[in-house]
Amino acid sequence: MFELLVLILVFMILAGVLAIEADDLVSAVVSMGAVGFGLSACFLLLRAPDVALVQIVVEVVILILLLRGTIGMGIETVKGHRDRAGMAGGVILVVLFLALALYVAVELPKLGEPGFVRFLDSPSWTYLKESLSLTGATNAVNAVLLDFRGYDTLGEVIVLFTAVLGSIALLRRKHRQEKKDE
Amino acid sequence: MNEGMSLIVRTIARWVVGFIFLYGIYTLVYGHLSPGGGFAGGVILACAYILILIAYGRRFAFKNLDWRIARSLDSIGGLLFLVLAFLGLLFLTNGGAYFFANFIQKLHPGKPFHLFNAGIIPLGNLAIGIKVLASIFVAVALLSALRLFDERGERSFESMEEEK
Repeated sequence: MFELLVLILVFMILAGVLAIEADDLVSAVVSMGAVGFGLSACFLLLRAPDVALVQIVVEVVILILLLRGTIGMGIETVKGHRDRAGMAGGVILVVLFLALALYVAVELPKLGEPGFVRFLDSPSWTYLKESLSLTGATNAVNAVLLDFRGYDTLGEVIVLFTAVLGSIALLRRKHRQEKKDE
Repeated sequence: MNEGMSLIVRTIARWVVGFIFLYGIYTLVYGHLSPGGGFAGGVILACAYILILIAYGRRFAFKNLDWRIARSLDSIGGLLFLVLAFLGLLFLTNGGAYFFANFIQKLHPGKPFHLFNAGIIPLGNLAIGIKVLASIFVAVALLSALRLFDERGERSFESMEEEK
């Protein structure tokens, strides 16, 4: 299982590099979709079907939107020079981050081993133990989302509502026409 | 996306769209029993409508779900979720009342692994599903009507009509 995970991660990195390097916008979008689907497969291998489902579905919608945005809009290739200094800074930051991550990784629990078991009164452990008796929901993820952490879901709903409100306000025709008349 | 795609795409879309819709409803309704839930189910339902929008064009898709109705559904879903949260304050009066209290489960506990169970969680899933379906459909419909360039490749702005 671990080897397969590494294989998928390498594939995702390659697709990500291709998405940045491709001059053609459509192939960049398609390689970005490959990254998303690889991420979904990773979640599935790490036994998180809820997250994998959401990831794959959102990826499909975003892919449709981005393809529509690239093909329909008449912008299909990218031109211009690469910013050398910015790229060097990015590489240095990535190396620094990797070094720090390796430094911390020794302390982390092994892959697939829950870390919260060490603290018996931690919230995550309580959620797992008590979710069936307290909420009656068999799917612990849903119990956390809608019962223990209902506030977070409410915030998510408000964020989506605001996003749609903004897109309606920006994209309707009436607003633009009035601006043109002024 | 104004007039739809070829006959092959239309035929396949007609066969597939019902199954996508059914799967979305399953993910939505059984969210508290199996992987899934409000957000995933809502996006799958929105995907069914987006497939109709792409394959058959905007006019046919708006006969199924008008974007102004979807705009209202968006608000209705969000309000339903908020009302559900406030009902917990209203019903549990003796001590344990708080925002987002699972009042149905506390008053009438259901059997585990059954559909009618877990109190407000399936209802919340339903509200979020309606909301996510409507918001994603509205966003895609608005963007599908957007055109920044006309046929000759010159800059222009074209988008959804506010009044028909």
